Amino acid sequence: MTTKLFGEPVRRREDQRLITGRGRYLDDIGSKALAAAFVRSPHAHARIVSIDVDEALDVEGLVAIYTYEDLTGPMAEPLPVLIPHPQLHAPRTGFPLANGEVNHVGEPVVMVIATDRYVAEDVCDRIVVTYEELPVVVGVDAAREAQHTVHEEIPDNVAARHHQETGDVEPVLAASPRTLSFTQYIERSACMPMEGKGVHARFDPDDGSLRVYTSTQASTSVRAAIAAKLDLSLDKVEVIAPDVGGGFGVKIVHPWPEELLVPMAAIALGHEVKWTEDRREHFIGSAHERQQRQEITVGYDDDGRITALDVHVWHDNGAYTPYGIIVPIVTATQLVGPYAIPVYRVVVESVFTNTVIVTPYRGAGRPQGCYAMERTMDRIADELGLDRSVVRERNLIQPDQFPYDHHLTFQDGRPVIYDSGDYPGLLDKLRALVGWDEAEKLRTEAAERGKLLGVGMALYVEGTGPGPYEGGHVQVLGSGKVLVSTGLTSQGQGHETAFAQIVASELGVPIEDVEVTTGDTRRFGYAVGTFASRAAVMSGNAIALAARGVREKALRIAADVLEASPEDLEIDAGLVQVKGVPGTSIPLRTVAVLSNPLRYAFDEAAKQATQFAKPGDDDKPPVAEGDAPGLEHRDYYSPIRSTFASGAHAAIVEIDPATWEIDVVKYAVVHDCGNVVNPMIVEGQVHGGVAQGVGGALYERMAYDADGQLQNASFMDFLMPYASEVPDIDIDHQQTPSPLNPLGIKGAGEAGVIPGTAALASAIEDAVGRRIASMPISPTELYDLVRSPDSEMTATAGRRAGTGVMA
Amino acid sequence: MTSIDSERTITVTVNGVPREATVPVRRLLSDALRHDLGLTGTHVGCEHGVCGACTVVVDGAPVRSCLMLAVQVDGAEVRTVEGLAREDHQGGQVLHPVQEAFRECHALQCGFCTPGFLMTIAAGLEGRDNSVELTEEEVDDMVGGNLCRCTGYANIKKAVHHAAAAMKDDA
Amino acid sequence: MKPAPFRYADPSTLGEALAVLSDEGAKVLAGGQSLLPLLSMRLAAPATLVDINRIPGLDAVEVTGDAVTVGALVRHDALLRHEGAAEVQPLLGRATANVAHPAIRNRGTTVGSIAHADPSGEMTSVLALTDGTVTVATTAGSEVVGWRDFFVGPLETSIPAGAVVTAATFPALPPRSGTAFAEVARRKGDYAVCGAGVVVTLSEDRQVERVLASYVSVGLTPEVHDLTEAVAGSPVEKADWAAAGALARTLVDPDTDIHASADYRRLLVGVLTERTLADAAAEAAGRAA
Repeated sequence: MTTKLFGEPVRRREDQRLITGRGRYLDDIGSKALAAAFVRSPHAHARIVSIDVDEALDVEGLVAIYTYEDLTGPMAEPLPVLIPHPQLHAPRTGFPLANGEVNHVGEPVVMVIATDRYVAEDVCDRIVVTYEELPVVVGVDAAREAQHTVHEEIPDNVAARHHQETGDVEPVLAASPRTLSFTQYIERSACMPMEGKGVHARFDPDDGSLRVYTSTQASTSVRAAIAAKLDLSLDKVEVIAPDVGGGFGVKIVHPWPEELLVPMAAIALGHEVKWTEDRREHFIGSAHERQQRQEITVGYDDDGRITALDVHVWHDNGAYTPYGIIVPIVTATQLVGPYAIPVYRVVVESVFTNTVIVTPYRGAGRPQGCYAMERTMDRIADELGLDRSVVRERNLIQPDQFPYDHHLTFQDGRPVIYDSGDYPGLLDKLRALVGWDEAEKLRTEAAERGKLLGVGMALYVEGTGPGPYEGGHVQVLGSGKVLVSTGLTSQGQGHETAFAQIVASELGVPIEDVEVTTGDTRRFGYAVGTFASRAAVMSGNAIALAARGVREKALRIAADVLEASPEDLEIDAGLVQVKGVPGTSIPLRTVAVLSNPLRYAFDEAAKQATQFAKPGDDDKPPVAEGDAPGLEHRDYYSPIRSTFASGAHAAIVEIDPATWEIDVVKYAVVHDCGNVVNPMIVEGQVHGGVAQGVGGALYERMAYDADGQLQNASFMDFLMPYASEVPDIDIDHQQTPSPLNPLGIKGAGEAGVIPGTAALASAIEDAVGRRIASMPISPTELYDLVRSPDSEMTATAGRRAGTGVMA
Repeated sequence: MTSIDSERTITVTVNGVPREATVPVRRLLSDALRHDLGLTGTHVGCEHGVCGACTVVVDGAPVRSCLMLAVQVDGAEVRTVEGLAREDHQGGQVLHPVQEAFRECHALQCGFCTPGFLMTIAAGLEGRDNSVELTEEEVDDMVGGNLCRCTGYANIKKAVHHAAAAMKDDA
Repeated sequence: MKPAPFRYADPSTLGEALAVLSDEGAKVLAGGQSLLPLLSMRLAAPATLVDINRIPGLDAVEVTGDAVTVGALVRHDALLRHEGAAEVQPLLGRATANVAHPAIRNRGTTVGSIAHADPSGEMTSVLALTDGTVTVATTAGSEVVGWRDFFVGPLETSIPAGAVVTAATFPALPPRSGTAFAEVARRKGDYAVCGAGVVVTLSEDRQVERVLASYVSVGLTPEVHDLTEAVAGSPVEKADWAAAGALARTLVDPDTDIHASADYRRLLVGVLTERTLADAAAEAAGRAA
């Protein structure tokens, strides 16, 4: 049995329970719990005049009703601004329950606790809330124009003005041989995990302890928030993320109102309480992302080399800013992608609207940045009549330029310095994989079949694995079991497998002996969370360091027993042995037993460590000075800055010029996330990301009407792709290890989604010869575009028309 | 005379075991399985019949359990994900070929949609002659009505082929 | 998203069902695939649900030379696979294949979707195109109602409260005729953005004699459009189906919603008409031969 599993496509250890129905998701917990349901605002902007519960009081099974009036102490204060930033000059957050005003449809106003969810909803139906409606701001343009305000005291609706520049952009633009300016839009979508949010809380009045299960991406921080908001001692609060049915970002936000209100009710009622978010609540009561208006000016030379880039983004942050300006910063700093931009200025104005809050969704501002940059590349190529891949190639950062300093400040407050990469390598592989040079031939063949064919590409660089830190704990038990824990949470990424691979490889034990726990504050109290493609980088490295600590101690103890030097020992298949001397070995489990000097034996193995088992050195204490009992180690990984993964996608689309249906006939991905722990898992992450990228480009949007009503708050009308809508994906890999961390890895979680919108916009534009400046795009919109007298024909299409080739 | 009730006691055979439950008549089958019978392997993703996470097999046919009332399965046979694997002679568990295929092909990530896919595909494959080569169209039909937000479906489709091949060999 | 309280009855005879349905606020539950979401979203809150699934005899597909009669409990899937029905009226299988996904088709009923009168449902349009009827049972007896009298508005029919639609009857495809059905949907299995069903009938000498079309998700109630004038008298091989498509575009009055503009739907009416007519004509020619 090999124990060197790092880099192998090990089958997932979490699957056994998940395929047999024995997973334990939030709603699977607490069968005896009372149920919470919420009265949510039906209006996008209104003052609450009155709340009348009289009609509800005689519903059998009602336990309690809470409104803002029932909140006390810190609970009566606004929810925290999780990530303050000096440029977030007007942050606003809601209250756990609306305090006199609602700012989006779906904002919680009343919490009802009843014997079950059916009854709780009956009660909600009978509660009459009277509202005085206020003018509504929907969409980034309405917010920018500010005819109405979301928050009365913020007349321009601007929450933050985020500004970075790497030099004086204006004179460089003025001196550039060529410039072009354009404005484009990208719409809202949402994470939309298959499992919504949910919280279960139980309070033990005898010992004052509170245990909370929540479908979160950040259990340690939820714990701190609950302790702070409910005035509890941190040591009395446990928070556990059970199996989580997908996150994609929405569950990194915390504390959600429900994460505070449900424990509050559990304490007050002395009974366990559970809230399971339903799908409609998730649409209107969670978070969305992605809407931006992007105003771009670029200077370039006759060869297509960029001289300066000036970008002004208007970013819709929804009604509140609990997650600060992370998404704007990520857009601003990741926009430059794999390119060397001599002078760059970016301003992101983050504006309030009367819609659901905007917080990270897989990619978290990167898809928008990629869309801005890559569409700029397409425009330059179009103007100059150059191949789009050639223009990109000419602007790429070269392999010998690493570390490459963009002179920008990233979302973690650290400099944007790319650690490693090979972008020309990515581009070459992509061209080969998608058959870029065959495009004209394919176009002609498709035209013969009456189809419009187009190809597009997009490249990206993704800052992954930001700090501040994660930790890992590794402990070998006398049974030989190796317990591993880390504080960050899992939502399907296969951490139990990947982290076990790391430990098995580092420690030299069979993976079957390794048990991994994530997201349980009882096991590991210090953590940040799972976001920004950071779990493998952060916890992976922390766990590797912890395993190395255990290994060192094991060798030290074994060396003593085997009367050898630690340097001469190795661990393989759970045996510590002298290198090259078979038979001279001691099982690691025995080392674990010996590491903990005992007075009491409770099993056969333990006898070996008891005080009369073997003569000790009378001059030394049983536990050496500076040492500790047990074969365990805790360690942390805190990077100096993020590591930068990269990739390139290309798409070929065929469009039916009669119905304007868009068919993605080929989708190619080249992906570089440094050293890979488990290629099967990484490929799965890419597949899923691409599906979300295609969804975001062609199907998904949040269709708000002018009154702020979300018209498609169901899976019937919010068009998440089924299997029938996701193209087959061809993947090629490249590995440029990160020099920043011990394992040389970079994050992979978000990569797949980032370039989808840009690549597909490029391909569709190529197919129809009309400028695509708003994404996503559906057949009905494409039809409007191609027949609109205002739509702009691309120069390429003009040139093709001149040569008689079908546009 | 027809009885008109607010609550009913139903008897239903779930995974081969007769079960009885007293439920309000408005209780959805999905909720009854999960909360009255404790079979939480069936998941609820949308409660309007679009996502397929709650798919179970009722009298041989895959259906959305969120689009049926519990009282409607009185007297019926229901199969859920908990009933897919069978026990071997030593009391151990033998996974269904579709379960094996999902693990082997990495056809699940968060696992929330998985039971719905497993039940739909298992019923689909069991209901066909697996000595006949599975077509892409059949695969698309089998997986086409279930939403997954994690996998992008590629490995789920792969798993259907994998399972079909295994079932062909077993046949 | 849980249903509001209601009372429930699952009578074992039609007579008992009708008796319970005479109570105010009572509603029929058949396949439930449209009704259950409405209940869970609390967009519908009947006082009593009358589940007709336990009434024997309503699950039959009766095929005669003249028509296919589909009982109230026939699931879409059963109709889709019914070879006898397909022989007499091929539109049934072709349209049913476009209804949602298999798990929905296993439970949802054809008659239920007609009684639901959703203009984006396939089978309402097929009932109209085939000039079909429904059988409506009330305590006063049973009555056959033509589709024109049945569909009143979106999600609205002429049947009185307390009635049960026990069957739908689709007349056979006329001699020397062919049919086709096609849809454009955003995602496979979604309600169509636009769907088209057509029937082409040829004369003995293989000229186009009659062309009828009906659309899905176009208009408030199902409509049948006679497109004959665009192609009347053309030899089947030379018929200008594009002209028929163009005519169809002038006859329809689609709406705009979040998935498609009225203009786009009108475009699709033209395209789908042209495409389906070509297929239907080929079938008609084959049958006429």
